[in-house]
Amino acid sequence: MVPATDPPRDTQATIDYQAIQASEEFRTLRSRHRSFAFPLAVAFLVWYFAYVLLADYAHDFMSTPVIGHINMGVILGLAQFVTTFGITMWYVSYANRKLDPLATSIRSDIEGADSGEHEEAHS
Amino acid sequence: MSVLVRAAADTETIGEPLLNIGIFAAFVAITLIVVLRASRNNKTAADYYAGGRSFSGGQNGTAIAGDYLSAASFLGICGAIAVNGYDGFLYSIGFLVAWLVALLLVAELLRNTGKFTMADVLSFRLKQRPVRMAAALSTLAVCLFYLLAQMAGAGGLVSLLLGIHEEVGQSIVIAVVGTLMILYVLIGGMKGTTWVQIIKGALLIAGAAVMTVWVLALNGFNLSELLGNAAAVAGPEILEPGMKYGVTETSKLDFVSLALALVLGTAGLPHVLMRFYTVPTAKEARRSVVWAIWLIGLFYLFTLVLGYGAVTLVGADRILAAPGGVNSAAPMLAFELGGAWLLGIIAAVAFATILAVVAGLTITAATSFAHDIYTNVIKRGKTSQGKEVRVARITVVVIGVLAIIGGIGVQGQNIAFLVALAFAIAASANLPTILYSLFWKRFTTRGALWSMYGGLGSALLLIVLSPVFSGTETAVFADANFAIFPLQNPGIVSIPLGFALGWLGTITSKTAEEPRIAAEMEVRSLTGHGAEKAVEH
Repeated sequence: MVPATDPPRDTQATIDYQAIQASEEFRTLRSRHRSFAFPLAVAFLVWYFAYVLLADYAHDFMSTPVIGHINMGVILGLAQFVTTFGITMWYVSYANRKLDPLATSIRSDIEGADSGEHEEAHS
Repeated sequence: MSVLVRAAADTETIGEPLLNIGIFAAFVAITLIVVLRASRNNKTAADYYAGGRSFSGGQNGTAIAGDYLSAASFLGICGAIAVNGYDGFLYSIGFLVAWLVALLLVAELLRNTGKFTMADVLSFRLKQRPVRMAAALSTLAVCLFYLLAQMAGAGGLVSLLLGIHEEVGQSIVIAVVGTLMILYVLIGGMKGTTWVQIIKGALLIAGAAVMTVWVLALNGFNLSELLGNAAAVAGPEILEPGMKYGVTETSKLDFVSLALALVLGTAGLPHVLMRFYTVPTAKEARRSVVWAIWLIGLFYLFTLVLGYGAVTLVGADRILAAPGGVNSAAPMLAFELGGAWLLGIIAAVAFATILAVVAGLTITAATSFAHDIYTNVIKRGKTSQGKEVRVARITVVVIGVLAIIGGIGVQGQNIAFLVALAFAIAASANLPTILYSLFWKRFTTRGALWSMYGGLGSALLLIVLSPVFSGTETAVFADANFAIFPLQNPGIVSIPLGFALGWLGTITSKTAEEPRIAAEMEVRSLTGHGAEKAVEH
């Protein structure tokens, strides 16, 4: 599991980041992050602009009363709040399950191979 | 500015100025004590700029909400809904949805790779000095615009609450607010500023919650009834989109431009980005954003009720006629609901809002100047931390003075609208480079410079050539007319331009950047390896 790091050339430990970057574990982490974040970012932006364009160019549709005086515009506006809260919770649960353990594992691999360099931060 | 002049003529003072001053003075006294206590441990640059990186996600999330929910949100949006109806609510949605960009794409990766400023991240794998310079300049530009917006709010509020209607008196109060802010930042640094923001964020949300419940209670806890009452007072169009932006084809396009700037601006706001450095890890940075999204979302839901409540209980005509104009909707609603005491409290919260946001902006601008321009560009990294913090403190004073002078100049403009311009600059100049340098391996120094200067330059130029600056009654130069760009918000042109220039600059670069450092940045950004740790005392 430990990515192939170059042995330290001298007393100063150096880390071969390119090897880590090419490692299976890191590539999994990166693709997990991007395959979640990118499509979701596109999706919420599309939904946001769909709403904006409706509010801007479809006044009659947005003014349709739905419940009492609450019209389509208010409903869709509140729906933007709901999706924002929803996406937030979804991402947090995904990151806790799929991203954090992997990131921690890679980090401790690097720091194990490169022991001592980051200890002073705690003093 | 004409609104203010007109308003000053027929003077209406609500509440009791002495009570207002008393409550505000109590807030200042309490926060000053907190700031003094918090600043005892300010030793290093990490203490001064990043509060020792020791805040928890919940604390930082509240501080982010306190920083983000500026006078623009509280006074500006409530006023915009009260006067322009549904179109004002659209600000709330843009300001909130924007946080998803920060959450999904920016916050954690930025926390892992940077130290104090946005420029730390942008210059990580590119040429240090030119990229830092560009990032620092756009940081300063965004901060200044945002500062002006807050100061504009301060002027209007003062005239309403303290019964000071002469321009001289208002200017003196703006100077007092500015001086207080300088004091906070000088003494407290980031730690003190953060505590002021936490206290203020909690007070603001609590105050807005009380008013919201109150307004709802008067309407039988029924949103439909509230909307119906608002429509009965102001006509059914208050519930429909288009009152402000639906008038002409140009104004419709202007609205798209505004929407673009709002949603893409947040993740490029330097004072928001800097807050991510005050927590110990990327996980806490994520937690901060989650807290911030909940608090900010809740608050914007309140603005809907407060805005329509102000329509019903106060009425658009009285709001526009009051000193402070459209920005006075929330304080007037407070007076209508709870009399002089609630007005005093809400007004103190609004003052605190301005104070806290101005402090956050000032420390961001000062950090960027001292850390990026002074230490890394001018001194090429050869200076001491003590010297750098001293430069930052001097910058705080300079920026504070600039903000006071500028604030006296821009009174009477709608704050939410001025802030939207700052968002447009942030989205055009900062966000493309942030995203490219985090996610695009081939991105080069030339791409970064073209994107940042192109985005910043085009946004500023279009603002100068827009109706905001000349050709209309409310423009900065009302008598001249050089407004050849029809839109008020430049985002629809300058944001795509910023992205396009970053791409063009990169693909035309002959030299590739060092792949080793690019690999280091990517590994660090995703794993948190080598991230700056919390300072322990």
